[in-house]
Amino acid sequence: MMPAENIIPLFVAVALAGAFIVALAGGKVRWAPDALGNLFTLALTVLSVVSVLAVRQYGVLVYSVGAWKPPVGIAMVLDGLTSFMLVTVNLMAFIITVFSVNYMEKYTSKWKFYCLFLLMVAGMNGVIISGDMFNLFVFLEIASVASYALVAFGTERQELEAAFKYAVMGTVGSLFTLLGIVFLYSYTSTLNMADMAQVLIQKGGKDITLMVSVLFIMGFGLKAALVPFHAWLPDAHPSAPAPISAMLSGVLIKSLGIYALCRVFYNVIGIDQAVSSVLLFLGALSMVVGVFLAIGQWDFKRLLAYHSISQIGYVVLGIGLGTPLGILGGLFHLFNHSVFKSLLFLNSGAVEYSTGTRDLKEMGGLASKMPLTGTTSLIASMSIAGIPPFNGFWSKLIIIIAAVQAGRYGYAFWAVVASVLTLASFMKVMKYAFLDRLKEKWNAVKEVPVFMKLSMSALALICILGGVLLVGALNDAFLERATDVLLEGTKYAAIVFKGIG
Amino acid sequence: MSIYLLCLIIFSLGIYCVVRKRNVIKIIIGVIILEYAVNLFFVLVAYRVNGRAPIFSAEQEVLNMVDPLPHALVLTAIVIGLATTALLVGIAMRLYEKYRTFDITKIRELKG
Repeated sequence: MMPAENIIPLFVAVALAGAFIVALAGGKVRWAPDALGNLFTLALTVLSVVSVLAVRQYGVLVYSVGAWKPPVGIAMVLDGLTSFMLVTVNLMAFIITVFSVNYMEKYTSKWKFYCLFLLMVAGMNGVIISGDMFNLFVFLEIASVASYALVAFGTERQELEAAFKYAVMGTVGSLFTLLGIVFLYSYTSTLNMADMAQVLIQKGGKDITLMVSVLFIMGFGLKAALVPFHAWLPDAHPSAPAPISAMLSGVLIKSLGIYALCRVFYNVIGIDQAVSSVLLFLGALSMVVGVFLAIGQWDFKRLLAYHSISQIGYVVLGIGLGTPLGILGGLFHLFNHSVFKSLLFLNSGAVEYSTGTRDLKEMGGLASKMPLTGTTSLIASMSIAGIPPFNGFWSKLIIIIAAVQAGRYGYAFWAVVASVLTLASFMKVMKYAFLDRLKEKWNAVKEVPVFMKLSMSALALICILGGVLLVGALNDAFLERATDVLLEGTKYAAIVFKGIG
Repeated sequence: MSIYLLCLIIFSLGIYCVVRKRNVIKIIIGVIILEYAVNLFFVLVAYRVNGRAPIFSAEQEVLNMVDPLPHALVLTAIVIGLATTALLVGIAMRLYEKYRTFDITKIRELKG
């Protein structure tokens, strides 16, 4: 039998091969890009489920690239957090490619879309499985460059403007990250994350970790769109085609931003009080500022983009608390947010597909003409606003309880306030877009085609059933294991070295 | 110490250029300067005074050698920089086609 760790490089290899094959075959056969794109993302989803089972059975797995043993060679690590993120990313990627089958019809070269899409997925998977600092940077750039191109995909005035802004800010952010990696390398003389953690424990070095922490918070914080670094997000996310908005808001900011931030701070540098309070503060700030900016928006997608900033704040707040319950809540909210925010962006795409507008004031009464879009968007709105029994309620509840338990009453208060404001702004969306009276000009509007319906219903189903992840065996295999990885802190090094074998 | 200062100066110049300049092309040049500052820093970190190439041979013992790993890494970083720059320039060309200007104060349709 094949050793279990051979599954790890497949996450990058399958996605890269997919991008290559789509580019090769796509221009010639009309149905090829759709079929191939969906096939490859489906394969990745299956693989990521297998990876959860593999972690459950074998524990931490380490793949040594080119058979060079890790402290020297490049390592790829599969542990609980990795498989959790892989499932999130690849599941969303699959559902979103199903949506794109119909939605992307209006663009001319579909194969370019799928090619860039798969490259972006390859980059994100690479960031997640990488056990090596420099490789993390390389994959981060692959995903970022693909996403800059995808934001500019329509090549209209606003899309180009947003893409330029995003590309410049994103590149500067990545360079801060690289600078941080160079500092760490020059101090520890190693790039392997596990080895680096061990050297940092042995050599101490408070000053260098402080410097590096600041650089990483700037670099990864920019990718995650935490509040002082968020200026690119409200332009870039609405301008992209709807599936890409869903992908960017749903998983890109999480895998490049939050995941990398957690991995580096918890498992490599080792989190201390100062960094943890900075994360808490930035999280709470994003949460409140994001939702205040969102309430006044009339562009459907721009409103959703500001809510992404706000929800990312919840995730960072939960993870910054550092208690087991806080981390569990943060990670669960990360998963939930990727589900309901993808769904909301797909809804906005469906509305735009049928009516051609993103302006909430122009819509009205669309629920009668587009029942499925209306229903799914109601489910997603209630989910993001934290109404039981939808998944968003459980994760927000856990984060707030964790904040109270940790004695951070102020942060718990702001979390509740932000949640109430979120509810208010989504009541506005529902009222203006879907309920209300049908405007005359929308009499001819039709419900969207079948593939778009399919993917929206799938996401709505996950929203309803999401709470199940908290009980019994599912929680044990999926969320608990991911939480454990962050809780074990810099002991991560010893566990990885044991996994090399 | 001097390499830190040198790289800091170049890096700050790049940041200044990105933040303050109004011209799209100048901003792209600022990004390139930033990239080069980081790459230069990476190479200089590996340098050892009076060091030599890290090639082992039977006759002599190599005591003081230059760290070879960053050189390999910097090559990768340069290639990534090339991809980013190419994309930025491509977007800038399209921007010029649509707006007929490189002035970013005039390319402002997204607000709020």
